[in-house]
Amino acid sequence: MGRAAWVYGGLVLLAALPPAFLNPYWIDVLNSIGIYAVLALSLNLIVGHAGLFNLGHAAFYAVGAYTAAILNTRFGIPVLWLMPVCAFTAGFFALVVARPIIHLRGDYLCIVTIGVGEIVRIALINDVFGITGGSNGIFGIARPNLLGWVIRTPHEFYYLIWALVGVTVVLFHLLEYSRFGRALNYLREDDTAAEGSGINTAHYKLASFVVGAAWAGMVGNVYAAKMTIISPESFTFWESVLMFAIVILGGSGSIPGMLLGAFLVVGLPEIFRGFANARMLVFGAAMVVMMIFRTQGLLPARPRQYRLPEAGEGEGRA
Amino acid sequence: MSLLSVSRLTKGFGGLTAVSNLTFDVPSGSIVGLIGPNGAGKTTVFNLITGIYRPDQGEILFDGSSIVGLLTHRIVARGIARTFQTIRLFQSLSALENVLAGHHCQMKTGLIGSLLHTGRQRREERKGIATSLKYLEYVGLEGRAAQLARNLSYGSQRLLEVARALATAPKLLILDEPAGGMNEQETTRLVDLIRSIRDRGITILLIEHDMSLVMRVCEKIVVMEYGLKIAEGGPDEIKSNPKVVEAYLGTEHDW
Repeated sequence: MGRAAWVYGGLVLLAALPPAFLNPYWIDVLNSIGIYAVLALSLNLIVGHAGLFNLGHAAFYAVGAYTAAILNTRFGIPVLWLMPVCAFTAGFFALVVARPIIHLRGDYLCIVTIGVGEIVRIALINDVFGITGGSNGIFGIARPNLLGWVIRTPHEFYYLIWALVGVTVVLFHLLEYSRFGRALNYLREDDTAAEGSGINTAHYKLASFVVGAAWAGMVGNVYAAKMTIISPESFTFWESVLMFAIVILGGSGSIPGMLLGAFLVVGLPEIFRGFANARMLVFGAAMVVMMIFRTQGLLPARPRQYRLPEAGEGEGRA
Repeated sequence: MSLLSVSRLTKGFGGLTAVSNLTFDVPSGSIVGLIGPNGAGKTTVFNLITGIYRPDQGEILFDGSSIVGLLTHRIVARGIARTFQTIRLFQSLSALENVLAGHHCQMKTGLIGSLLHTGRQRREERKGIATSLKYLEYVGLEGRAAQLARNLSYGSQRLLEVARALATAPKLLILDEPAGGMNEQETTRLVDLIRSIRDRGITILLIEHDMSLVMRVCEKIVVMEYGLKIAEGGPDEIKSNPKVVEAYLGTEHDW
């Protein structure tokens, strides 16, 4: 316990350092990494833990971002206050669209989620209900104001975004070690056996979608606040593919895997800028090599460790 | 009094009638065997009882009320647990987590409790783990809690399935070929385990091809062939029933 506390304390300190010596450009790269890390963590619940292929996660991200943008620009509600609202709208949207398709298996579900992602993007371009601003999107989103402190520069956003990463990591770690987290894994392993062991599989499949989507919705809120302008271009199929790639590359079901995956998938192309046009080629080749030699991802999920009571302790009946 | 009562159960798949007009009772506190040649429809009967298939016709009464049309996890919550003919464990999870899967329906923590690890969640979790360890010990897998299911031997995997089923706190335990792939010693231990489970007040319904096991443990046997019930009775009645002998003719059974 003591050792773990030191490790986590060290990590938090390390995370607080970069703004002290990096220029705004690199801080902005770190901010993108943080945003994708949380998106990947949220998608990881669906893909990594519940084993449901979702290639339309950008749709939930978009719903959150547009909720923040619309409510902020029309009604002047402070962006950060809209966090729970964004989580709710994205989660509710996921509930509505996932309900009828949740029984689909593997590749079928995957194709339908791609469709959902495209429908959302095209609906946004078509200025659905006249509130999304069409292909121009929405601009003039107010800067977040945290108890009087207006978050404006990349350096300031760095703390907001990485605080969100930290909170997400802690909560999702706790979730992993719980009845809920285990239930998702049972689905992934064998959903007939899970149902036969008394687990309401339809409920948990849906719950993984709703929780994952709600989290992506919150990231959408932060993204809207950071950019002050959002448009459908930010929520293309490519975004969903990137998130999916982070989950698979980092190691399905593993929290450190998601962080490392975000660093590689978002950060590497920046570092390879020196290769100019060849950078995506180098990046693509690296991914192919990875998937051949390490199919389970870079940091695969490790089995959970339980502290077992000493013999004779506990009050279970058996 | 019968705990489970199946009447006029029928299920077809396309042109094939897998189970036809099947009626039988499982008395409370008994060990009942369902036997028959391969393809007789035994596993289909289990899948109908546990809600994996829906019957075309017929009624299944459990503990006095109908369970036809209920979802499988609801049937488990009512008190029917099962094991599978082909082992269906959660292979890349530990033995403990497999048993915790069965214990899931005995726990209550929801999403918020799971995210925040509230005091109630932690108490429930501790208790759940302790209970699951007791079930592991009960089936003879003590000390294996942390091992991944896939690393256990075949016989141990079968026992782990039994532990997972018991963790749902069932009234009726359905075993689909529990001795499949077990050696002589393991089978003897299994017989003791089955009797001991019954002595805890859990009724047992089992499919088994190992006739010596069926004749040793079952108090009542139902024989199926081509989806129909051809005989029903105690082990001695079944052994001497000409229809049963005929159904099994040509195969070697040393009963």
